[in-house]
Amino acid sequence: METLEFVIPALNIKAIMPQIILCLTALIVLLVGVFSGREKNSQLGYLSLMGVALALVSVLLFSGERESAYSGMLLVDGFASFVSLTVCIVTLLTILISINYQKFFTEINSGEYYCLVLFAAFGMTLMGASGNLLMVFLALETMSISIYVLAGYQQGREKSIESALKYFLLGAFASGFLLYGFALIYGATGTLDITKIGTFLNAHPQILHTPLMMGGLALMTVGFGFKVAMVPFHMWTPDVYEGAPTSVTAFMASGVKAAAFAALIRVYFIALDSLQVDWTAVMWAFAFLTMTVGNVIAISQNNIKRMLAYSSIAHAGYLLVGFVAGSQLALTGILFYLLSYAFMNMGAFGVIALLGKQGEEYTELADFRGLGFKYPLMGLAMAVFMFSMAGIPPTAGFMGKFYIFSAAIKSGYIWLAIIGVINSVISIYYYLRVIIVMYFQEAEQEVSMPAPSPAIVVALVLAAAGVLLMGILPSYFWNIAQNSVFTFI
Amino acid sequence: MNTLNFPIISLVTFFPLIGALVVMLIHKERKEALRKAALIFSLVEFVISLPLLIYFNSGTHEMQFVEQVPWIESFGISYFVGIDGISLWIVILTTFITPICVLSSWTYIQKWVKEYMVCMLFLEAAMIGALVALDLVLFYVFWELMLIPMYLLIGVWGGPRRIYAAVKFFLFTAAGSVFMLLAIIFLFYYNYKVTGVYTFNLLELYKVNIPVSIQFWLCTAFFLSFAIKVPMFPLHTWLPDAHVEAPTAGSVILAGVLLKMGTYGFLRFAMPLFPYATHQYIPIIATLSVIGIVYGAMVAMVQPDMKKLVAYSSVSHLGIVMLGLFAFNMQGIEGGIYQMLNHGVSTGALFLIVGMLYERRHTRMIADFGGLSKVMPILATFFMIATLSSIAVPGTNGFVGEFMVLIGAYRSYPVFAIIAVSGAILSAMYMLWMYQRVMFCSLDKPENQNLKDLNAREIITLLPLAILVFVMGFFPGLFLRKMDATVEHFIKQYNQRYEAYAQQQTAQLDMKIAAALEGTKEPAAVD
Repeated sequence: METLEFVIPALNIKAIMPQIILCLTALIVLLVGVFSGREKNSQLGYLSLMGVALALVSVLLFSGERESAYSGMLLVDGFASFVSLTVCIVTLLTILISINYQKFFTEINSGEYYCLVLFAAFGMTLMGASGNLLMVFLALETMSISIYVLAGYQQGREKSIESALKYFLLGAFASGFLLYGFALIYGATGTLDITKIGTFLNAHPQILHTPLMMGGLALMTVGFGFKVAMVPFHMWTPDVYEGAPTSVTAFMASGVKAAAFAALIRVYFIALDSLQVDWTAVMWAFAFLTMTVGNVIAISQNNIKRMLAYSSIAHAGYLLVGFVAGSQLALTGILFYLLSYAFMNMGAFGVIALLGKQGEEYTELADFRGLGFKYPLMGLAMAVFMFSMAGIPPTAGFMGKFYIFSAAIKSGYIWLAIIGVINSVISIYYYLRVIIVMYFQEAEQEVSMPAPSPAIVVALVLAAAGVLLMGILPSYFWNIAQNSVFTFI
Repeated sequence: MNTLNFPIISLVTFFPLIGALVVMLIHKERKEALRKAALIFSLVEFVISLPLLIYFNSGTHEMQFVEQVPWIESFGISYFVGIDGISLWIVILTTFITPICVLSSWTYIQKWVKEYMVCMLFLEAAMIGALVALDLVLFYVFWELMLIPMYLLIGVWGGPRRIYAAVKFFLFTAAGSVFMLLAIIFLFYYNYKVTGVYTFNLLELYKVNIPVSIQFWLCTAFFLSFAIKVPMFPLHTWLPDAHVEAPTAGSVILAGVLLKMGTYGFLRFAMPLFPYATHQYIPIIATLSVIGIVYGAMVAMVQPDMKKLVAYSSVSHLGIVMLGLFAFNMQGIEGGIYQMLNHGVSTGALFLIVGMLYERRHTRMIADFGGLSKVMPILATFFMIATLSSIAVPGTNGFVGEFMVLIGAYRSYPVFAIIAVSGAILSAMYMLWMYQRVMFCSLDKPENQNLKDLNAREIITLLPLAILVFVMGFFPGLFLRKMDATVEHFIKQYNQRYEAYAQQQTAQLDMKIAAALEGTKEPAAVD
């Protein structure tokens, strides 16, 4: 008896559900933005918010599964879903912040803006899931190009345009390095599949130290180093962070960092695992430089966005400490740190985005004088985020540092841990400056905060709750991060 | 072991936080209500802490009222708290001094009253948490948490150089403690390597045998952190700044409890965890303590500012505490702990008095006063009591503590004890001289002639401390008997473990010598 067989095309929709949702929402937002008039656009933010929330739900629903989809192009595992989770939270908070921020800069209130944010998020989630170097590159470019545009979104502000141009030119250059590195590795191993490169290198140790491999490794390190703002490839960070719209800076600092670190981990720990001895030594030096340069320069900054830019460099340094330690514990620590950094960083930028007036924002440290008592809740929130960044318990920042430094000690990198804690003491100095300005000094000029929209209040409450929850009850988040890493290797 | 079957320690630790929450809900313009609420909560807190004293079993050295709940299981971190004879009195001192601080700020603090009271209650919770924590990470969390409210107290309500003082205070303490954090983590992994158990439980970690070379570094990290907090001689520079700039209540808490965290840390953590390294450190610590005693006293003598004088006298007094603790005998350690309590009472009272004078005259310069005893007899009486207690006159609490420390120190290192006695003499000089210049002499300044004497609130603020000076001076047994068992066990344990390490060391040395001798002998045997 014959039966008719239907061959279902191997379209694994479940594996890319969050990405599909993000992408579709982006397109819908774009269309709605085009067909509704400028005035009615206030719903765009909430529309994108719904999309991201849906994506977040789908990440949570499908997490824990482990599969390789689309002939190895995507590796949908716990690691990928943790990165997607972080990215979705970051995007959610970014949109909430933007809804308030668009009061000061009306150009942001457009379909294109939200569409680009969603596309960038789409790229970020893919970076965490890519199983192929080409996929890494495509995802990275999707993310980067969207963000180049976003950085220059305030057409009226020269700094914003400068920021976009700088980021674009240097970013394109860095992408070139990265791609060249991929090409060299392809030349050496004959494959772009991350897992296959790993097995191939294991089987053929003789090619490990050939110029082709070494060159590839060096070029890739430059490319990734640029994206995570690793010293000495960090020069763009302060200018770009200062110039970009605050909501975009927040998005860049938390989201890009998480995505780039995810790709970095996947490529280095799976494809280039056999070369670990070589890149660990280099990364040790980079970790040291990144922490120290970031923290030391941050001390003398008077613009809060610039200060947070250098602080974000320093945080990349702490993450690199975990990268050097390299154990499962360390990778879990990195994931935990990325999530906690997302909360505190989004929170801090969210507070900055509260202040402003039509076409103007207040980002000098002096503008915050006396605001702690004038707006007690805002001050309290900022204090929580600053203490968290400085690593004072009981906040997420403390637990993140605790995990990363303990991983470093366990792996035997005691000096790096010592340098790390010295750096966190240095960092306390400039984070305290914000608190000094807010609480210890009297308000001199008239900087007032327009009534915040409910969206940003929700964002700040979420971020503060995240920071405190991860600090006081870290076990829940730690277990998720740990499971993600276990399904990864 | 928890004889009460009730989480009394958690209640004592977190009750001030509940108070802080309630205070937060009161409208900020209702200043009187805010003050009253804070006072009531801190008083209730004191009452709640009394059962600890009443049900404390002084016959055992074990931790009492213990609570243990897993907190971060993957790392073996637990919420583990308990009290023994060492921490009992300091906890009570904390709950005792906080209402006094609230009372003393009644009129002094007019700006941001709500935030001030919240900081106060928050600080109390953090201090008690640090005193009862028996899990190293839990301890570290509370230890760092104390910094934030104190930092705000100095920075917001402090004097003209408050920002400098607040930042210096924060950075000094944080710089010390991060190394302690690394040492804690290292100890944790070392313990795991040896026993295979993930734990930050202090009582378990006491038992680990740590190789001497590692022990030295870990001990240094802990010592650094605690020595900054105490503060010991070369690391003391943050203290005068912090004291001078802090509001009165901030100074009282700083002197009364916060500095005790350092000495308590030595007793609870550094010494029992690393007995061998501690033993090697005794000469250094004793030397620095003695330098601190004499140096603090001499600098105090030349201060024109009363508050700075009291601050430097703190450096001197804490030197005496450290000298006692590092004598490692019953008198020394009990005297040291007793001296910690005394210092809280007498220096606390002195800061309160200076604060009351400052509130009236807005100056703290000794030269601006003179002859005050004629217009302010009640204040003069309290000032006298605090002064006598501070210079350890028999009959006051200071005498008991200092006497015990000196006996203990004399038994262990006579030379240091003899030098330390000079500190006692110097303290009589600078305190009495200050008293003379402020209270006696002629009442020649017109501003001083119409000063009002203490009001009822101020008398109520000072009275408990004054009574305590005599109670502790006449009946030291009440206090000392509660700590006997714990201190005895502490010394026994310390000596046993030190002996064990010393034997290990000599055994290793013997083996090395034997090996070396073997090496030289062998060619001879061939001959």
